[in-house]
Amino acid sequence: MSEQPIELDEIMNAQFIKHETDVLIIGAGGAGMRAAISAFDSGSSVTLLSKSLLGKAHTVMAEGGIAAALANVDSKDSWETHFADTMEEGVYISNYRMAELLAKEAPDRVRELEEYGALFDRTPEGTIMQRAFGAHTYRRLCHVGDRTGLEIIKTLEDQILHRDIKFFDEMYVTKLLKDANRVAGAVGLKLNTGEFYLFRSKAVIIATGGCGRIYKVTSNSWESTGDGLGLAYEAGAELMDMEMIQFHPTGMVYPPGVKGLLVTEGVRGEGGILLNSKGERFMQQYSPKKMELDARDIVARANYAEIIAGRGTPHGGVYLDITHKGSDFIKKKLPSMYKQFLDFAGVDITKEKMEVAPTVHYQMGGIKVDPETTATNVPGLFASGEVASGLHGANRLGGNSLADILVFGKRSGDGASSFSKTVSLGNFAESDVIKEIERVKSLTNSNGTNPYDLSASLEENMSDNVGIIRNEEALKKALKVILNLKEDSKKASVQGGLKYNKGLLQALELPSMLTASEAIVRGALERKESRGAHARSDFPKKNPDMRKNIIYKKGEDGMKLEWRDVPKIPDELKKIIPQEVY
Amino acid sequence: MDTVKVSVFRRDPAVEKEGKYVDYEVPREDGMVVLDAMKYIERHLDPSMSLRWNCSAGKCGSCSAEINHKPSLMCKTRVDSLKGDKIKVAPMAAFPLIKDLVTDVSENWALLKKIPKFTPKEGLEKPWRISQVDIERSKEFKKCIECFLCQDVCHVIRDHSTGYFGPRHVVKAASLDMHPLDTLNRSEFMNKDAGLGYCNITKCCSEVCPEEIHITDNAIIPEKERAVNISYDPIAMFLRSRKQRRVKA
Repeated sequence: MSEQPIELDEIMNAQFIKHETDVLIIGAGGAGMRAAISAFDSGSSVTLLSKSLLGKAHTVMAEGGIAAALANVDSKDSWETHFADTMEEGVYISNYRMAELLAKEAPDRVRELEEYGALFDRTPEGTIMQRAFGAHTYRRLCHVGDRTGLEIIKTLEDQILHRDIKFFDEMYVTKLLKDANRVAGAVGLKLNTGEFYLFRSKAVIIATGGCGRIYKVTSNSWESTGDGLGLAYEAGAELMDMEMIQFHPTGMVYPPGVKGLLVTEGVRGEGGILLNSKGERFMQQYSPKKMELDARDIVARANYAEIIAGRGTPHGGVYLDITHKGSDFIKKKLPSMYKQFLDFAGVDITKEKMEVAPTVHYQMGGIKVDPETTATNVPGLFASGEVASGLHGANRLGGNSLADILVFGKRSGDGASSFSKTVSLGNFAESDVIKEIERVKSLTNSNGTNPYDLSASLEENMSDNVGIIRNEEALKKALKVILNLKEDSKKASVQGGLKYNKGLLQALELPSMLTASEAIVRGALERKESRGAHARSDFPKKNPDMRKNIIYKKGEDGMKLEWRDVPKIPDELKKIIPQEVY
Repeated sequence: MDTVKVSVFRRDPAVEKEGKYVDYEVPREDGMVVLDAMKYIERHLDPSMSLRWNCSAGKCGSCSAEINHKPSLMCKTRVDSLKGDKIKVAPMAAFPLIKDLVTDVSENWALLKKIPKFTPKEGLEKPWRISQVDIERSKEFKKCIECFLCQDVCHVIRDHSTGYFGPRHVVKAASLDMHPLDTLNRSEFMNKDAGLGYCNITKCCSEVCPEEIHITDNAIIPEKERAVNISYDPIAMFLRSRKQRRVKA
């Protein structure tokens, strides 16, 4: 798609192209696209920016399904049970209102997706099929085989293309611009042309996804470098629960090129079992009741413990076995897993066991938002999807992220659209824009520190010191490395110019990656307990005094942390949730 | 150290009239794919080399290229599956070059906009009831990850300016036409406006599809046949002629 500059005369002289819109959305995964649809349908002009090509965002990797209490398979399911499961899994630090909205609205968002053209697998009665997943009381995940993310993203892409929504792909936003205290625009570098853009907008939605790429072994795609966290933090937004990083129990371990790549929980949902090298079904020891389908943190730590104890596989994992279900069943229910193992590892999962190990999967924390509108504490700035926080608390249920991007993607589109109708376009000094452009340019055509070397050091540091089980000594070491890397990153620069220079992009991504890492480590040091995904070997128990959220904010001399009470749950909702046990 | 030799096409069309192949040598790893080699070059040998990749797992369709002249995904091509002592990596030739291995595939979204969208029957009772059997037909086409390798290999697109949308877009139309609740028939549009008639079913597209979609047999041929059935259906022809007469009158 070619971009038509707005004022041609100006472009001839200026260093950047201007673009004006009511709602600017940064990030075009499921949340960003769903937000674009609702903001547009609410009557706003919408501009959607994406770091990669349209339809390639990390959402495409989602496999297992969308959690929604449709009660098609288990008639006893209800929003109340979904709500209670979500709160319990979040170990009681989730925002109750977000969990309530998710549980109540997910069914409508799924049916709406179907009306947009998505085709879910069916029950014998012809309703949407639902599968079992870890720590969901009932079978609840609406799915399309094991390619649910692809179906969502292509369906939303189709809706975007048939609306008058302006989109710029391969656009990297380097800075948010403010008019006084309000966010009113952004500066972006169009990667595929090397041109700078100035976006002026009445509202901005950040939907940039997670930060899994700060780890060496991760299921996240190339894009997940925490860009939105950095943008929002620099603009004065509060972050929350950053210490909560989810390790998925099952990532591939071999071959090296795909180490960390996700093996869907759907494998266990459809009957797959975990075995150690002695052939023991070890989950019997760790979780005799729920076995392989216990919460992700419990299964991930069990896998980790077996590997550490020397009962691992040749490539350092545990076995995941679904061969007993038979070839036809596996190829039908898990077609892309079958292909993934055959293509990459040369393993036929209908005949052989898979080798799997924990992999970094999801950030529960992120930008703090208002549940109703997804507004941040900075006027004009909204956030939804993985980059936002509150819903998942200390741990996320499988399938809740796809529900999240649809429910809160829509809410952020509505929220930003309403806000945009109350304000006019903001103003900012052109000199600020020029300054930002000069900063980006200064990173090119020079021989500074290789930004890839810096990110490799960071990834190694995070995987080695801020892993699935944490302790003070390692965390302190990690923080020291991060602070040093922050200094080193000031010297990062690359050869080549502005156009499609991936080294430059890596240099631009580094500050956000470092902000995310610093927050994770500082929070992990601060939280002297084990809760959900955050496990400390030196504080193995949960502490009732820490049933709180940690807030992160940019202060005058660095990152500030603050404990804040979890929003009080109204009695009628409190009744639904099982009481927390210490 | 055991290494892999890779010869990569480099060119910035803004400043260079012609491109050249640059040779790199990267360490060989167990089970490595071509993208692993390319990532090594990007990280260690020349960060300014332009390379598009994203999921590195065959799910997003970003890393399309021509490997030893065959349109392929870099992330799914095992190095040990390739013959010869050097791997040749070039950008997709059917698309305008942006730089090095990166091409401008944006035209595809402009074409997708033109294909009439999903249009369900009105007044259906909700929630919709659809049987599993009925979704299977559309499912094959929905596996498409939009890597555009089928567009790249299509000789109609490469060698002629016919206005043919290309295999990806026929697959898209077929996925909508075979949706059990869709009311439109896109085959006429595909034949009249999307140049489907220019396809002479050489099946090259099906051969390069990483999702193994039977593009020619299951999408292109049925769309062609359906258009023919409509055009030459005697009852439909009669009704059409009546309608035209009425319009004239």
